[in-house]
Amino acid sequence: MTLGEIAKKLGLKYLCGEAKASVPVTGGYACDLLSDVMAHTKPGDIWVTRQVHENIVAVASLKDLAGIVLVNGRQPEDKTIQKAEQEYIALLLSELPAFELVGRLYQEGVRGT
Amino acid sequence: MLVNVLADLHVHTCLSPCGDLLMRPREIVEAAKHAQLSILGICDHNSAENVSAVQEAAGRDLLVLPGMEVTTVEEVHLLALFENLESALCLQEFVYSALEGTNNPERFGWQVVVDAQGEPVATVNKLLIGATSLTTSTVVKQIHRLNGLAIAAHVDRELYSLIGVLGFVPEDLALDALEVSTKANIDEVRNLIPDANRFPLVRSSDAHLSEDIGKGRTEFWVEHITFSELAKALGGREGRRAVVA
Repeated sequence: MTLGEIAKKLGLKYLCGEAKASVPVTGGYACDLLSDVMAHTKPGDIWVTRQVHENIVAVASLKDLAGIVLVNGRQPEDKTIQKAEQEYIALLLSELPAFELVGRLYQEGVRGT
Repeated sequence: MLVNVLADLHVHTCLSPCGDLLMRPREIVEAAKHAQLSILGICDHNSAENVSAVQEAAGRDLLVLPGMEVTTVEEVHLLALFENLESALCLQEFVYSALEGTNNPERFGWQVVVDAQGEPVATVNKLLIGATSLTTSTVVKQIHRLNGLAIAAHVDRELYSLIGVLGFVPEDLALDALEVSTKANIDEVRNLIPDANRFPLVRSSDAHLSEDIGKGRTEFWVEHITFSELAKALGGREGRRAVVA
């Protein structure tokens, strides 16, 4: 399934990176500790987090993740969106809490890394 | 001529909810002297209300630097150290205004303000163990506005550390040093954390019990035992330096 299909099904809002809608999502990971995310994600993962610091962009870029989904409708800092635009990273927003969102992703067939 | 002195820049008092209630000024000063320290940083969680009592108890024997361990909105612990108490209290005002919640002593521990003799004079009701709504970047800037030093606490740990939470040091974050914990192996830290080679390192105890004071310490090569000499050493200026064994 692609990032765009997931975004549509789960009602995710693009903060930036809509051009990456055709990227395939091959797995998922949920964590707010960036050191852990750097250590355990695989390329193509969709990453669910409530961490909005700009460093999330560099981590997604470094690990070649399919995209970042921020939960609880948590708006990131402006700098985070700017960086995501610069680095061509898909940044999406969900109004759902992490638990709920991960459940929906699993229902759609996305499996944990 | 430079002399080498030992510093433990991160020590809690009985004001921190997780600090031992026996972490009173006299006990802290005695333990610091026993550990042959010349400089002590008092860094309670989100507060500096016990700094003056420790300074008074220390007299001229020990340089007690006013400090604070601020919890940022990302749940990163940042140490602030200042030359004078007024600056620390300015930061405290800034931090208090961004700190929600009320402490539950039964659950998190008592937050006791004491005098130099260790007698309780007040308790702090704010939830000092909580996180402020201030970003890491904002806190570093505020510390610098007040002419203080900003140090990322215990970067070798996963929880509440800049590296654990944010993965690496944000590129424009102007830290003065990174702190490692008592037991951290410096070679391992340098291997695991590439940023550790970009900043001066200090080691401190993060003592919550008096017997831990000085177990983590940094050697400073300075001309005098003053805040400005310590700042020079961290900046590697005029031959001054900080050495972590």
